[in-house]
Amino acid sequence: MKVALFVPCYVDAFFPEVGIATLELLERLGCDVDYPLDQTCCGQPMANSGCHADARDTEALFAKNFAGYDHIVTPSGSCAHHVRDQLTAIEQTPAVQQVRRNTHELVTFLHDVLQVYDYPWAEFPHKVGLHIGCATLRGLRAAKTSEIDEPAFNKPARLLGAVKGLELVQPERPDECCGFGGTFSVFEEPVSAKMGYDKVNDHHGAGAQYVVTPDMSCAMHQRGCAERIGLPLKFIHIAQVLNGARA
Amino acid sequence: MERGHEARAWSANVRRVDHAEASSKFIEAKDHADFHDKRLWDLRKKRDHESVAIPEWEQLRELASAIKEHTLSHLWQYLEEFERNATANGMVVHWARDAAEHNQVVHDILQSHGVTTLVKSKSMLTDECEMRPFLTNRGVEVIETDLGERIQQLDDEPPSHIVVPAVHKLRSDVAEVFSRTIGTDAGNHDVPYLAESQRRHTRPYYLKAQAGMTGANFAVAETGSFVVCTNEGNADLGANVPKLHIASIGIEKLIPKVEHLGVFVRMLSRSALGSPITQMTSHFRAPRPGTELHVVLVDNGRSERLGMADFWTSLKCIRCGACMNTCPVYRRSGGLSYGSTYSGPIGVIIDPTFNLRKYSSLPFASTMNGSCTSVCPVKINIHQQIYKWREVIAERHQLPMVKREAMRLAGKVLASPTLYRAAVEAAAAGIEHLPRALVYNPFNAWGRQREVPSSPPLTFRQWYLKHRASKP
Repeated sequence: MKVALFVPCYVDAFFPEVGIATLELLERLGCDVDYPLDQTCCGQPMANSGCHADARDTEALFAKNFAGYDHIVTPSGSCAHHVRDQLTAIEQTPAVQQVRRNTHELVTFLHDVLQVYDYPWAEFPHKVGLHIGCATLRGLRAAKTSEIDEPAFNKPARLLGAVKGLELVQPERPDECCGFGGTFSVFEEPVSAKMGYDKVNDHHGAGAQYVVTPDMSCAMHQRGCAERIGLPLKFIHIAQVLNGARA
Repeated sequence: MERGHEARAWSANVRRVDHAEASSKFIEAKDHADFHDKRLWDLRKKRDHESVAIPEWEQLRELASAIKEHTLSHLWQYLEEFERNATANGMVVHWARDAAEHNQVVHDILQSHGVTTLVKSKSMLTDECEMRPFLTNRGVEVIETDLGERIQQLDDEPPSHIVVPAVHKLRSDVAEVFSRTIGTDAGNHDVPYLAESQRRHTRPYYLKAQAGMTGANFAVAETGSFVVCTNEGNADLGANVPKLHIASIGIEKLIPKVEHLGVFVRMLSRSALGSPITQMTSHFRAPRPGTELHVVLVDNGRSERLGMADFWTSLKCIRCGACMNTCPVYRRSGGLSYGSTYSGPIGVIIDPTFNLRKYSSLPFASTMNGSCTSVCPVKINIHQQIYKWREVIAERHQLPMVKREAMRLAGKVLASPTLYRAAVEAAAAGIEHLPRALVYNPFNAWGRQREVPSSPPLTFRQWYLKHRASKP
C-alpha cells in the first residue's frame, strides 16, 4: 500500500522522533511510504486565524505535494482535521478534493483503514494518561465525548489496549481541552497557560507517569506547563508507543 | 451638550474589547478563578447526568433545532399570529425596532401609568437594551428582584453569566456588597443569612412598585401566550402583585404551538443547571381582571442577523448557558472579560453582530475545541460560527497588526519549501536564532509561563535525508 507521510512543521522542527516512529510503524505494517521532500504545512495556522488569503499558497503547495496518493497519513489530528474539513482557501478541484478525502490522522488510519489492532512488539510498562486533542476528538470523532450520549468508543485507547504493560489512568476531566489551540496559545496566553496547568495537574493527580497522545502540539504545550511547575510527567506520541518505544 | 456627551460615550464604546488582558486579571485572583471553573464545571457535569437520563436526548435536540429553524424561517407569520392572538387575549402588543425604541416604549408605558418604581426579574434583553440606566436617568426606580441580578445591580456590574449572573463572586464578595449597600454584617458570609437579608430588603418593593417587568423564555404563536421559567419565583410576584405587567420579548423567542413547549422545557433547565425543570414554569395568557399586560416585541439587530447566511442559526439560542458552562475559556476568564451582555461561546458569535470592531477579539477567545456545539440543546454549530467570524474579521481588516503581520509572513514562509526549511532548521537549532521572517510571530508569549521545546540534533527532514535518501 502506497502511503505519503505528512510531517507537520512543529514535528519536523521539534519532535523528529515522532516522524521517525510514524514512518517506521507504517513500514512495519507493510506500507510503502513516501515522504515528499517539498512539504511544509497544511495552512492551518493562517486559516485558523481567519487569514484565508494568506493560507492559499500553502494549501495549494500541500495539495500539489500530495496529489495522486491513495493515502496521506500524518501524526497530527488538527492538521488532518484542517485538511479534511477546512482546507477551502483554494479552488476545490477534483484533485484537491481527493487529497483532502485521502488525508488521515495516524490513529484513525491504523484503526479504520489498515484495521490493525495488534501490536505484539509494543510494550510500555507505565501508568498512562491519554490525551486526545480536540480536533482529533470532536473534529475527527476518534472517541466518544463526554457531552454526547452515545455508545462508548475510543480508537486511541483501543490501540493502546494492545500494548503490553500499559495501564491507562483516568483524569477527572478526560476530554477537557488543554488550552493549546494553535495561535490561541500565544494570543490568549493567560487562559492557555491556566488551562495547561489544570490539565497536567489533572493527569498527575490521576497517577499518570506518561501522557500519551496522537497530538504532539497539545503535548508540546502541556510539557511546557508541566516542566514550568515541576511535575514529573513525561509526554510521548502514540506512534512511538505503538512502534515499540519502552520509555 | 447632552448629544456631545452621548457621542463621546459612544466613541469610547467602540474601543476593542481586550479579552486576553481582561482574562489575565481574572486569573490573577486564583481563588476566584479556581472556584469559578469548578462551580461551572459542576453544572456541566450535572447537565451530563440529566441528559443521559433521557434516552431520547439527542432526538430532542434534533427536534428543538428543527422547530426553531422552521419558526425563524417563517418568523413574520408567527409574529403576526402571536400579535393577533395576544391582542385577542387582552394583552397590548408593542413593537420595538431597536434598543432605543424598546426603552422609549417601556418608559412611555410607565409614564402614562404614573410608575415611579418598577420591580423586574432577570431579562438578558433588558440588559442588552441597557434599559435600567435609561429608566433610572428618567426618574424611575428599577429594582432587580432575582438574587444574582440584584447582587450585580447593587455592585454596579453587569451580569457575568446569562443564567447565574453573579457566579464570578465568592460569598465573601457578596457579603461585602450587601454590607455596603443593604446593611448586612460584613463579617457574616453565611449564604442563607445573605439570601434572606436580600429577600427582606427586596420584598417591600413588590408592594411599593406600580409595575412589574419580566422577560420571556418562549412566546407561543397559536395561543398568544408566553412562558417564563424561573427558580426563585420573583417573576411571578412582579407580574402578579402590581397592576401593570410589562414583558420584553426578543422576536426570536417565538415557537409555533404549545405542543412544542414540551421539547424546550424538558431541555432548558437540564442544559442550564442540570436540574430536570425550573421551579416555576409560568404561562401568561391574559391580564388579570383590573390589570394591564403589555408585551414589547424587540428586534434590535435580530432581523439583520436572520439575514446572515453563516450566522442566522445563532437565533435558535434559548439562553440556557450550557455552552458557557462547558467552555474551558469562559470558565477561566469569567463573563465580564467579554465586555458584553452576552459572554462565552454564544456571546462570541452574536456580539460581533452588534459591533464588529468592538467585539473583534472575541472569536479568538476560543481554542476551537467544539464542546459548546456538542452541548447546545438547539444544535447551533457554535464553534464553526466562531471559525467563520475569524474569517469575517480578517476580511474586514479588524485583526490587530501583530497578528495580521505574523500571518502574512507565516503564509509566505510556509508556501515556500526553501524559506520553510530555513525557518524550521533555525527553529530546531534553537529559537534564539529565529530568522527575521518569523520574528513577528509573538513566540515570546510562549515562554512566559511555559518551557519552550528543546532543540533536537536534526529536523525530521534532515534525518530522513541522512538515513533514507538512498530510497529510490
